Amino acid sequence: MKYSIFSLLKNSLSGHKNWQPAWRSPDPKPEYDIIIVGGGGHGLATAYYLAKEHGLKNIAVLEKSWLGSGNVGRNTTIIRSNYQLPGNNPFYELSMKLWEGLEQDFNFNAMVSQRGVLNLCHTDAQRDAFARRGNAMHLDGVDAELLDTDAVRDMYPYFDYENARFPIKGGLLQRRGGTVRHDAVAWGFARGADMRGVDVIQGCEVQGINIENGKVVGVQTSRGAIKCKKLALCAAGHSSEVARMAGLKLPIESHVLQAFVSEGLKPYIDGVVTFGAGHFYVSQSDKGGLVFGGDLDGYNSYARRGNLPMVEHVVEAGVAMIPAISRVRTLRSWGGVMDMSMDGSPIIDKTSVHGLYLNAGWCYGGFKATPASGFCYAHLIAKDAPHKVATAYRLDRFRRGLMLDEKGQGATPNLH
Amino acid sequence: MLIPCPHCGTRPVEEFTFLGDATVTRPTSLEPSSMDAWMDYVYLRDNPRGDYTEYVHHSGGCRAWLVVSRNTDTHQVHSAIAAKTMKAKS
Repeated sequence: MKYSIFSLLKNSLSGHKNWQPAWRSPDPKPEYDIIIVGGGGHGLATAYYLAKEHGLKNIAVLEKSWLGSGNVGRNTTIIRSNYQLPGNNPFYELSMKLWEGLEQDFNFNAMVSQRGVLNLCHTDAQRDAFARRGNAMHLDGVDAELLDTDAVRDMYPYFDYENARFPIKGGLLQRRGGTVRHDAVAWGFARGADMRGVDVIQGCEVQGINIENGKVVGVQTSRGAIKCKKLALCAAGHSSEVARMAGLKLPIESHVLQAFVSEGLKPYIDGVVTFGAGHFYVSQSDKGGLVFGGDLDGYNSYARRGNLPMVEHVVEAGVAMIPAISRVRTLRSWGGVMDMSMDGSPIIDKTSVHGLYLNAGWCYGGFKATPASGFCYAHLIAKDAPHKVATAYRLDRFRRGLMLDEKGQGATPNLH
Repeated sequence: MLIPCPHCGTRPVEEFTFLGDATVTRPTSLEPSSMDAWMDYVYLRDNPRGDYTEYVHHSGGCRAWLVVSRNTDTHQVHSAIAAKTMKAKS
């Protein structure tokens, strides 16, 4: 059923008792043309665009838990396309354009809110770096504005501008950036894929990958063996684990990143703001909670929870930026497992195994990339050639010295 | 997460800086034929879910390098020994 004001009115007349489930719960078939491993945002988006853009139908998405139980439901919901490097930002801008039309496209309210993303700078050098990044964004046709202190003060009068260590000297603003209701992204893509014939199978964990003569022929799962012609890994956070089943060793470490939400407040911060000094980022949800996060905990981890020192660190950074929130209580904190790649950029590529594709290494920038990741991965799987904005995300770029290292940190995953 | 530093006793995790896998060996060859070994050492990771042995620097304490054995799934720390002793053993 198409969701609209008319379907809402019709169902309200019958007391909202006749709404149908948004997607089916099919049993796995013995064979599919394409199996996608991972029913998170990227996997579901891949299935959706394979069906919608390439007309493919015989597809399954296998999710070991429930839909959106991984990082698509654990992030701080920020979308932006303010990267600098050639080969990187055109991809994120494609994602932004897809976000802008997404709700009409998949007929689901994902609450895309382009409320602006402001990065604060604290030194002259940082301002120069922001000017350079803004100019690079302009070259890619992306909006960016360099603000001075007064312009930032007009937007957010209650920040600590005179902080002795980290005075706020201005910021780089992308007005088209913002936030999206993250769970709804998973649900919208799942529903859109399901309506086009994709089998979205929950509670089905991939436990082995069957390879014959260097070619993928199927998977072993907790619900039995399933054959396939093409297998698309899309399990960021656990990519190393699934790739190991195919004998691959990836340029990835898994790290834990925590996020937080405060008690509900009246409208206070109407955009997304990042504190350049302490790596703190904050926005306010429609329920009123401040949604915020910081850096990785810094050690390899597959646990979806972090340790207290990082909680303290993030809160300190937040209070340094906005002293007024010092008495706001934190309601919840949680952790997600990040695929940290060796240059801080993702991988969307074929592998050395015929018919095996890899979408991995999203570090902690995966949510904003969800539509473009699915779009480009679907293009790669359907046509066996990379989409033109994703040609740099090759698995062999480390060997060839073609890293996409926005931060210039080198092969130190816990610093990206 | 608490780490039992052999010099300082049990200390909280914020005093430590994590480097990575302590089970790999840095290649010594500079020949082009050793490219694969270097690639493997610099860029590829086993990234195990479960028991993991890693180099950890007690940067906020005695500043000694340690080899810590830890579970990446449960955060349980099994042991921490001075990296020097580990090297002497091997």
